[in-house]
Amino acid sequence: MTTRIFGSGIKRREDPRLITGEARYTDDIKLPGVLHMAVVRSPYAHANIVSIDSSAAEAMDGVVAVYTGDDIEGLAGLPTAWLIPDSDLKTPEHPALAKGKVRYVGDGVAIVLADDRYRAQDAADAVVVDYEELPAVIDPEEAAGEGAPLIHDDVEGNIAFRWVMGDRDASDAVFNGADVVVSERILQQRLLPTAMEPRAAMAQYNGATQELTLWCTSQNPHIHRFIISAVTGLNENKVRVIAPEVGGGFGSKIPCYPDEALVSWAAMKLGVPVKWTETRSENYLITIHGRDHVQHVEMAASNDGKLLGVRATVYAGMGGYLSTAAPGIPTILHGLLYVGPYTMDSVFCESIGVMTNGTPTDAYRGAGRPEATFLLERMVDNVARAIDMDPAELRRKNLIPAFEDGYEVATTLIYDSGDYPTAFEKALGMAGYDDFRQAQADALAEGRYLGIGVTAYTEMCGLGPSQVAGAVGFQGGLWESATVRVTPTGKVQALIGASPHGQGSETTLAQIISEELGFPVEDIEVVHGDTTETPMGWGTYGSRTTPVTGAALAHASRKLKEKARVLAAHLMEANVDDIEYADGSFSVKGSPDQAQSIQDVALMAHLAWNMPEGMDPGFEESQFYDPPNFVYPFGTHIAIVEVDADTGEIELQRYIAVDDCGPQINPEIVAGQIHGGVVQGAAQALCEGAIYSDDGQLLTGSMMDYCMPKADMFPNFELGETVTPSPHHPVGVKGVGETGTIASTPTVYNAVLDALAPLGVKQIDMPLTSAKVWGAIQSARS
Amino acid sequence: MQISMTVNGVGHEADVDPRTLLVHFLREALDLTGTKIGCDTSQCGACTVHLNGKVLKSCTLLAVQADGCEVTTIEGLAEGGEHHPMQTAFWENHGLQCGYCTPGMIMASAAFVRDNPGASEAEIRHYLEGNICRCTGYHNIVKAVKQVADAAAGA
Amino acid sequence: MWPNKFDYARAGSVDEALGLIGDEGKFLAGGHSLLPVMKLRLAAPEQLVDIGGIDSLRGISANGGLTIGATTTHAEIADSSDVQAICSALASACGQVGDQAVRNFGTIGGNIAHADPASDPPTVLVACGATVNIQGADGARSVGAEDFFADLFETALDDGELITSVSLPDLSDHQMAYAKFPHPASRYAIVGVCVALKMDGGTCEHAHVAVGGATVKAVKCRGAEAALAGSTLDDAAVGAAAEAVKADIADWLAGDIAYPETYRQQMAGVFLKRAIAAATG
Repeated sequence: MTTRIFGSGIKRREDPRLITGEARYTDDIKLPGVLHMAVVRSPYAHANIVSIDSSAAEAMDGVVAVYTGDDIEGLAGLPTAWLIPDSDLKTPEHPALAKGKVRYVGDGVAIVLADDRYRAQDAADAVVVDYEELPAVIDPEEAAGEGAPLIHDDVEGNIAFRWVMGDRDASDAVFNGADVVVSERILQQRLLPTAMEPRAAMAQYNGATQELTLWCTSQNPHIHRFIISAVTGLNENKVRVIAPEVGGGFGSKIPCYPDEALVSWAAMKLGVPVKWTETRSENYLITIHGRDHVQHVEMAASNDGKLLGVRATVYAGMGGYLSTAAPGIPTILHGLLYVGPYTMDSVFCESIGVMTNGTPTDAYRGAGRPEATFLLERMVDNVARAIDMDPAELRRKNLIPAFEDGYEVATTLIYDSGDYPTAFEKALGMAGYDDFRQAQADALAEGRYLGIGVTAYTEMCGLGPSQVAGAVGFQGGLWESATVRVTPTGKVQALIGASPHGQGSETTLAQIISEELGFPVEDIEVVHGDTTETPMGWGTYGSRTTPVTGAALAHASRKLKEKARVLAAHLMEANVDDIEYADGSFSVKGSPDQAQSIQDVALMAHLAWNMPEGMDPGFEESQFYDPPNFVYPFGTHIAIVEVDADTGEIELQRYIAVDDCGPQINPEIVAGQIHGGVVQGAAQALCEGAIYSDDGQLLTGSMMDYCMPKADMFPNFELGETVTPSPHHPVGVKGVGETGTIASTPTVYNAVLDALAPLGVKQIDMPLTSAKVWGAIQSARS
Repeated sequence: MQISMTVNGVGHEADVDPRTLLVHFLREALDLTGTKIGCDTSQCGACTVHLNGKVLKSCTLLAVQADGCEVTTIEGLAEGGEHHPMQTAFWENHGLQCGYCTPGMIMASAAFVRDNPGASEAEIRHYLEGNICRCTGYHNIVKAVKQVADAAAGA
Repeated sequence: MWPNKFDYARAGSVDEALGLIGDEGKFLAGGHSLLPVMKLRLAAPEQLVDIGGIDSLRGISANGGLTIGATTTHAEIADSSDVQAICSALASACGQVGDQAVRNFGTIGGNIAHADPASDPPTVLVACGATVNIQGADGARSVGAEDFFADLFETALDDGELITSVSLPDLSDHQMAYAKFPHPASRYAIVGVCVALKMDGGTCEHAHVAVGGATVKAVKCRGAEAALAGSTLDDAAVGAAAEAVKADIADWLAGDIAYPETYRQQMAGVFLKRAIAAATG
């Protein structure tokens, strides 16, 4: 092996099954005798259930059973698993099927089990539910106000929590003494995660052994096992959760939903397998939404461009129930990022979690950090305008200087490493920033509106450490575990507790093992997604699989390598200190002809015919790894747009992204994460947004109205990189799954507002549809 | 209702409820689950197959309408055990992540390049408006299709 | 999503189709307008009569004008050299319906029977004075496209009647274009404007103009036509037509939550200008 596998953009290990259609996602798996579940869902956002008549449905062909909320005895409500401290948190009951009252359109009211999915849906349509409609509220700020309809009797004023970061008086002092204070009401609109695979779940129960197997679209099967065990009452060791091929998640497949509990319960009740597959229409109604903040933001600065402080009051819409991790998103994962990459000493955040009659919200790609980065970058541009300084120059003046091992900021986080100025200047150079400003002025003279947006960012990911998780109320650990198991013939199975679903981790993680142990990457299989086959892990989200699972694998591999070194020395009758390792081969210093390959050693470890004193047989090591800190990737993104003032249409002409995630294990995969993330974040700025009617009907209930980004809306992306290793990670890597999304929304937004500045437009709520942009231009002109 | 269909070169006879959508017939009756379902509104293209050589969203046709037709799904695209050039290009260019849109994306792109060798990047991006991907940001999909389009033009 | 149950029958001829169709029945050709609404259970016909196999309903003939069979697909129309020569805007509009997969199977007859105001072909048919040919149990009749599109998803078709073809006059001596502003989500038209201009040297002898997308049905825009007729298509005339077109559609405006009526009305003016520029460019 001469080329280093680490750092090489090799083709993905997972692709052969995906490009041929051989991969099996949950709905692709068939079990004989399976019943299909359809869910009768509330058409009202807020209503009392007066009566349910399922007699007609029960009489239909193929229908086996219909159950309502009153029928599903023994199935506990779904838990909220992020109990943020010091916030007066309320966790209202979340039954799998509504009892007495529905709280959002799509709230489940009854389930139908039938022999065929068409007939299940026919019968669901035939269930007659009599509702008494109640006033509904969707806007979180309105829901927290006087006179709003009360959604849960035990959540007074609809306030689920009130979380405060920082000292209000200290913030007042900074803001009162500042030369300049800018403010804006920012709407972080609701987004529909839209993993291309809708959710699905299938359960099978063996009454004799009392074992339940649940196949489901999960980013974290071990968490699903834990929750399904809790709600069904089955012992956790009797529950097997399998996340087979999973078609994207973006956070939406983290939570445990009613549907997964219901198929489990129905399979136990009926003794036959039960399957449920979401339609896209259902997905838009019931699978978690992201964002949904109303933010009142201020930033203080000096006239010469020193950023002094930022503060915000955030009304965060939680929807009708508190989803699994929901309380942690607009608080811990949000406020702690208020400093960003800047030397800013004063931060304050009050985040108010509000129950509404919308679909529950939870983690969606970036989860809290995009909402923080957007407000920060938006306010920096506002300060630049207020003091008449170029926004890039203002950022340059305030970037934290390069640091290699630890930098504590005002939010109490200790950033691991960073070199923001280098990434910043590199991006500006790639964009030709100074030349662009001239081109922009020339275009304006011709009546064309060009704009540029620049975002400098850092973000915290690679979640743990577990001690921090505990301190902030996360009801779990945030470590990962992994086993590197080598077969007698020298092939590797790496078993991981995390559960990748598109990230390419089977390849990336194999590259780590190959780098550490010298096995060819083709000989390494990464096994994941089955709670019985894999060791415990907390899941794939928060850009943590490469940083945390990758570290566990690196450590497990190093343990194996040490064992191999000792065994190789023994086999070659040499002193361990004289053993040299290169490219999967152990040799004795000075006698290169005598060598033991890693495969030879693995075989001998299995045969165990001739082991050193005290060494156990076998060739397998496990590692639990709890990271000592988050990792903090960073970079600078730049967008160049042109706005058509006649129509309000925006053309994204160029997009430059310079990201630093430490050493890149597979640059192609890293680039793919950035491409996808950028489009997802840019689409928030440009076109995506869930819209409700006043009475709580989702008006963007299909892709006809909810604007998914399409290929013709984007240019090819221009990527650059810098490499600043994480000091605490065994191979130095940082997460890169969410950076694109975090950075791109403000980048594109600020570019558009830069283009519109000559027209006098100062603010437009996202998404920047042509109609809104055109309207803003008209308003500014009049 | 009795129908017959040749799918990936194999003849099938089946008795179907007339309301059965072609995509469900392929997935449920024939167990050809490579063809996916990603929306309800004929927009995402995850269910794209070839019907008598033309691209079709198989969620928008009844199985009975395909009676007597030839259908090719992702499982039948490769010939002689070799990946179709579009499959190879997606793999080589990292044109997929979660893989769920991939079968439809490959089926649509394979037909497009067959009919439009030498297509430009802009033409490819425009054509792909009927296939939605959430993971890749399209960059590498476009790169993959362009690679095959260029090769087809050169051949 | 899944359609409701229905009875299905195939017709081998128009007569057979008319004999099979019941009161609650619908004709099925490509199914690309009907099946999406059935899947969402917004429509639940009890019976479908499949006319996809009737040869006489399919195909394009150029006979002075154009006659296009009802089950001719959008792709066939877009690619037809006859259509491109005689009514290029229709080829253009049909080439912008949905995406290639939709165009391969969606038919012109199904499209106009569905009468989605944001679909592209109706706008061209109304602008160009097309005729919709209809067969019913009581015989055949023809309806001008302008009268055929009655209102939002409403046509002049009576129960049990079948569209057999669409006829168009020969407009090969017109300069024409269909300018579309696609909705970024659905790719239906936020506004679609068709213009067909008969030029005599630098002067516009007459103009055909219609607008869809911004309206509940495709609307013939006589004010805009009058503003263009007799002009040299100078800025003043085009500006006047752009103002007139907004008045022409004022009674028929449609919109959605993201692209409201007022915006679409204004865009009709912008896209009229663009259509004229494209037609004459």
